[in-house]
Order: sequence, then C-alpha cells, then structure tokens
Amino acid sequence: MISFSQVCKRYPNGFDALKNISFTLEVGEMALITGHSGAGKSTLLRLIAAIERPTSGSIIVNGQNVSALKGGAIPFLRRNLGLVFQDQKILFDRTVFDNVLLPLQISGFNSRGATGRVRAALDKVGLLDKERVRPITLSGGEQQRLCIARAIVNRPSILIADEPTSNLDADYARDIMGMFKSFHQVGVTVLIATHDVELLGNIPLRIFALNHGELAA
Amino acid sequence: MSVWLAHHWHAFVLALKRLAGTPIGNLLSITVIGIAFSLPAGIYMLLGNLQAFSGQVSGVPQLSLFLEQDADSGEVEQIESRLKHHPQVASFGFISRDSALEQFKRGNGLADVIDSLDQNPLPDAFLVNARNLSPGTLEELRMELQGWPKIEHVQLDSAWANRLDALLRLGRLAVLMLAALLGFALVAVTFNTIRLQILTKRDEIEVSKLIGATNGFIRRPFLYFGAMQGLAGGVAAWLIISLGIHLMDDELRDLMQLYEMNFRLYHLPIEESLGLLLFSACLGWTGAWLSVANHLWQVEPR
Repeated sequence: MISFSQVCKRYPNGFDALKNISFTLEVGEMALITGHSGAGKSTLLRLIAAIERPTSGSIIVNGQNVSALKGGAIPFLRRNLGLVFQDQKILFDRTVFDNVLLPLQISGFNSRGATGRVRAALDKVGLLDKERVRPITLSGGEQQRLCIARAIVNRPSILIADEPTSNLDADYARDIMGMFKSFHQVGVTVLIATHDVELLGNIPLRIFALNHGELAA
Repeated sequence: MSVWLAHHWHAFVLALKRLAGTPIGNLLSITVIGIAFSLPAGIYMLLGNLQAFSGQVSGVPQLSLFLEQDADSGEVEQIESRLKHHPQVASFGFISRDSALEQFKRGNGLADVIDSLDQNPLPDAFLVNARNLSPGTLEELRMELQGWPKIEHVQLDSAWANRLDALLRLGRLAVLMLAALLGFALVAVTFNTIRLQILTKRDEIEVSKLIGATNGFIRRPFLYFGAMQGLAGGVAAWLIISLGIHLMDDELRDLMQLYEMNFRLYHLPIEESLGLLLFSACLGWTGAWLSVANHLWQVEPR
C-alpha cells in the first residue's frame, strides 16, 4: 500500500515540484501517473523510494512512514520495492545475468538460490537466451526488459516504473506495458509514470493526472 | 549468519578480482607502500641488532663486588653461595686478589711499581651479571649487595648502561616518528587508490544504493581491497628488509672478522614481522574507509 497525505516537495532553488498531494493506492492496485514533463511525476516516484525527502506531509509505504525513515533503514525499504528508472541505470561493465544478480547480492542470497531466481526473472521478460551477453548489444526494448528483470528479481510487492516506454516505438512499448499488466495480475502493486495512456488499452485502472505539481481531481 | 558470510565472501572475492584486475598499477602502489614501510621497519631491525651487538661486544653492565681486605676463604665461599641463590643474579665470576695482581702486572705496565709493594693492596672481587639489565633494578641490586657483610664496595657500571639505554630510546623514538609519518603516507596512498577505484565504480555504487544496498555493503569490498593492499605492502617491506640483510650480511661478516668478532644481522623476529603485516593491513583498511566514507558523504542526498 502506498499512501500520500498532504505531501509537498520544494527544491532548494524555491521550485515547488509537488503541492499538497494526497492519494492512496491499495495493495494489488495498478495506477498510472500522467502529466506533462516537469509536472512532478518523477519526483513523486522518487519520494516513494526515499531517493528524495518530502518538504512536508507524510508518505506511508507498506505501513512504514517513509518521510520519517532514518538513513539506515532506507536500504531495507528499497529492497521491498521494484524500481525501474527513467535513465535505466544498466551497468555496462557486466553481463545481463550479473546486472540482474546485483539486487540478490545486495540482499545476501547464496549463489545457488540466486542463480535460479535470476533465470526466472530473465525468463519472465524473455531474455533468458541473452544472459551471457553484454547489455550494450541489446536493443532498446531489450534493455528496458533487463531493467524490469532487475526490478522484479527480488519479488517485490510494489513495482514502480518511471517512463518505462519513453524511448521505445509503439510495439515495444505495448510489449513492456503488457508485462506490467501481467505483474499486476499476480497481485503486485504497480505504479507507472508515463505519458502514453492509450498503450494500456481498455483495462480499468486509476490514473493520477499531475499538473504543475498538483493532482487533478 | 549465512547472509553475513555471503556478504563478506562476495566482498572478499570482489576485492581480489580488483587487485588482480589492474596488476601493474597495484604492483606500483604496493611497492610504494613497501618502500615507505621498509624504512622504519629496517631501522627498527637495525636497532634490535645493535642492542644484541653491544651486549655481545662489551658485555652487559656488570656489578663489581670488592670484598674487605681481611675476608678469609670461608667468608668468600659464603658470599659465593649467596650469589648463587640470588634470583636477580644471572652469573658471576670470582677474581682472587692474587690473580687480580697478576692481571695488573701484565696489563698496565705497572709491574715495577707493583713489585715494589711489600703486600698485595688488591681485594678479592666478584663480577656479577644481573638478570635484569634496566638501570633501575641494577641500582637496586647494587644497594642490596652493598649491605652484605664483608663487602667493602659495590661498583655499578651504570653510566654505560644508561647511555646505551638513552641512545636506544632515542633511536626507538625516531623510528616511532618515522613510522607515524610513513604510516600516514600509507593511508594517503590507499585513500587515493580507492578514490580512483570509486570513480570507475560510480555507476555501480549509485545503482547499488538505489536498489537497497547499505553503506556497509558498498564499503566492504573497498575495505578488503585496502587491507589486502596494505598487507601486500607490508610483505614487500619485509622482503626489502630481507634483501638488505642478505646483501649486507656477508660484507659485515668479513668486516667483523677483521676485528675478530663473530656477528650476524638478524631479521625481525616472527612476532614483530606479523605485527608489521597487521599494522600495514590496518592502515590500508583505514585509508580505504576514509575514502569510501568521503565519497558516500558526498553523494548523500540532502
């Protein structure tokens, strides 16, 4: 569950990225955050993962008050979230397999259990036959799928994706969105920031429209 | 527990890989550390040898016990047995008044003068080697022996002992200062090596933090790396000293033979060798810790 109540975020230069945001996303729900660029979509997602701290208000994620979380507890919050970053953050100095392995190494999995999980995650995104290649040789869509595999390998209860389809053509984008839908269907809470609303087709889901840092009703 | 072990094993392997990954650069750093460390460690080793040498050449500081002129052989035996059972006495030798006179005649060119004396002016004497050579206990022993019956005078060669002691203390202080300075250099070298490593691992550190790595997880491989590099530097220093001893030993033995002395250089004893390695490993660890802490502090969102 993700719950925002009266959250504001003002950057040191005085820019108000988010103004008085309140909403609740229930467990297993899927929602989109839409809005023009600069509307505050990324900021909202970054607040959930405590990559940034709110100026005021409170954010509850899985029963934890993220806005009051101590620095030492933040890593353990993030391990329960699957994060897909806008700039992907793929490590190009290692194979596809090792990129997906990283979250498991961080949470201290033994290598045998980890191998199975990495393969399962790669299988889910259709990259199992590419586990030994370098990410630089992957296509844009494949790189995005690699990011998703890395986000889900820890089997998080919440999946957060920032513009996962921004650089992809329509077919690839539909492909990626389909993947998120399938995670939603197995009970994962999914929150996606995007401007491609039509890609999701006609499944019913909540849409939060941000406009200059304010949530439209 | 197994998570903890897995983390440490992962960090250890990663550090080894990084060490082997850029062999030339790391070898140079290790050599720099080794040279920096061989200096104080080498001087320390020489001081240890000097101490052994001085003990060998001029003997340790001795106590001379001069008996009263009228002490008879029974009383001499009594003192002898007391000395034998004294816990502080390592060994002793007896010089009878007659043999002392003989020595005098032979040694000092005073034969004529001594021959002209109608009786032997010299007393019986004992030369005592103490077990503990620190000036304080030597002085205590002197006071005690002075109180025994039939002892005229006890003389302690303490000025010599004090001088050596002061000299060695000064040497040790110099070593300590040198070690502190060069230890700082080691920390700086490691700090810089790790800083460069961090620069090449920026992305990895950033991603790891974003997906839930603790600072400890990020720090650990660098700490292992720093400690390993320090340890290898310590080994290099030890090898440099070994080489030095090997090169100097033969020459020194030839030189010493000219003075009819048998003297060899000894390497650092095993405990001190291990201490050297441990110390350099700790300093490497410290340098790495500082470097990573500095970076983590810089990237901390505020």
